[in-house]
Amino acid sequence: MSMLQRLTESRVWRALVRQGVSATNRNRILLVMDNVFLHLHSAKTRSRNLELSSTYFLGAISLVLFGILTLSGLLLMLYYHPSVPQAYHDMKELQFVVSNGLFLRNIHRWSAHAMVFIVFLHLLRVFYHKAYLPPREFNWVVGVILLLLTLGLSYTGYLLPWDQLAFWAVAVGTNMAEATPLIGPKLRYLLLGGNAVGENALLRFYVLHCALLPLALAMGVAVHLWRVRKDGGVQGSSGRYGSRRQVKP
Amino acid sequence: MKGYELQKDNNPKTTPKRVALIVRGQSARRVEDRGETVPTAPNLLLREIVIIQACIILLAVMALLFDAPLEGIADPRHTPNPAKAAWYFLGLQELLHYFPPVVAGVLLPGLAVLGLAVVPFVRVNWETVGFYEQRWRGRLLWVSLAVALTCGVMALYLAWPVIVPTLVVYGLLVLPAIPAVPERLRARLGRVPLADWIMTWFVAETVFLTLIGILFRGPGWSWIWPWRAGLY
Ligand code: HEM
Repeated sequence: MSMLQRLTESRVWRALVRQGVSATNRNRILLVMDNVFLHLHSAKTRSRNLELSSTYFLGAISLVLFGILTLSGLLLMLYYHPSVPQAYHDMKELQFVVSNGLFLRNIHRWSAHAMVFIVFLHLLRVFYHKAYLPPREFNWVVGVILLLLTLGLSYTGYLLPWDQLAFWAVAVGTNMAEATPLIGPKLRYLLLGGNAVGENALLRFYVLHCALLPLALAMGVAVHLWRVRKDGGVQGSSGRYGSRRQVKP
Repeated sequence: MKGYELQKDNNPKTTPKRVALIVRGQSARRVEDRGETVPTAPNLLLREIVIIQACIILLAVMALLFDAPLEGIADPRHTPNPAKAAWYFLGLQELLHYFPPVVAGVLLPGLAVLGLAVVPFVRVNWETVGFYEQRWRGRLLWVSLAVALTCGVMALYLAWPVIVPTLVVYGLLVLPAIPAVPERLRARLGRVPLADWIMTWFVAETVFLTLIGILFRGPGWSWIWPWRAGLY
């Protein structure tokens, strides 16, 4: 018996890798159904949804970007203090002292920009494919909430480096919020923890950016993907007027 | 139920097909034709793995090539000129140039979000037939009125960046009504449903305003040419 064979037939291996990769249909289906992560998927997939033009994988890419952001963000948190002026000095440390600190910051930054863009494209894909029609109306609304959360994450993250760019971008935004009739000034005060962008605002944005909003987004994504399954799987491009018309006499 | 799904083959002659779902207390629903299926592993999973890897590689390369910006430490007493928001808010900031903050910062974005949220519940969005594949003359009149009204109001505020995309999309919309336009183009555009025209207008506005904000605005929110003055 070869080493490999002995390893793959040991009880420890079998406990971890239940199905192995043998290519029977039964095995392929069990692989998906028995795994807590993979069972987000149904065991079978419509072949036309494997085509690029069905989803352009934009939802999947949004999710991958969220994953990259979570991981790189977690590592950034190890070096970041949400206080004035330490926050800014931490940026400099990341740049000049921490090994690969600049890389970490860069990948977090570019993934964040990409996510805003890709989520918007995903929305457009879903719209033009008419994938919001019943039974998917609710999931569309969940999607809109995810878009807002994505924007919120990006906006709150923008302040954290505490440089001029961050400070004034957030100042522009909160000044707009202040224009809300009746509750505007109160809303701004709540967001900033004061009347101006300062220490309290930095702390609040940090808590929103690193705890509340990511948790909300993760929960929202869970609901979103659950709904995709419950609404009969990905609809893909089959709702498009072009493809539907061919069925008409 | 599960067992049935597992053993299901795709031969319509041997396997009965579900055509409707009837649940007590709900109206009967037609079950979508599921189409041909394949095992998710490995067909979809491999594609997903490729996507994960492609995303990671692409972003890692980006991160190696381009550095995230970092300016001087935040200084409340020193306002940069111009003070720009993040790129995806620059469309709104461009609107702020023409309208009071209540309109540009609250009303218009609020309407946009509300408009998106109610998409599945609004009748125009249920139609799958093209604008010109049903009775369109009356509708075209209404659309024209709405466009005229929008442009009129925007002209009062001198908000020409809102007017330009409106007129461009409207121009495309009316093309099929003009007999002189080549038949193939008329047919192609005529198949586009009204809902798609509205969304395309929204996207055109968003992109146009955002690009102006990113590229063409400099100190004091004045108009600049990026190839001469650089990026702000
Ligand atoms: C963080 C943001 C989001 C993530 C991670 C996400 C993820 C996904 C994934 C993985 C899918 C299935 C495959 C696909 O269609 O690509 C999906 C489908 C869907 N998404 Fe999203 N999504 C997000 C935001 C949105 C937004 C902003 C909308 C619309 C307003 C939306 C509406 C939908 C709908 C209606 C479907 C079902 C499409 C179909 O059945 O063809 N999602 N989403």
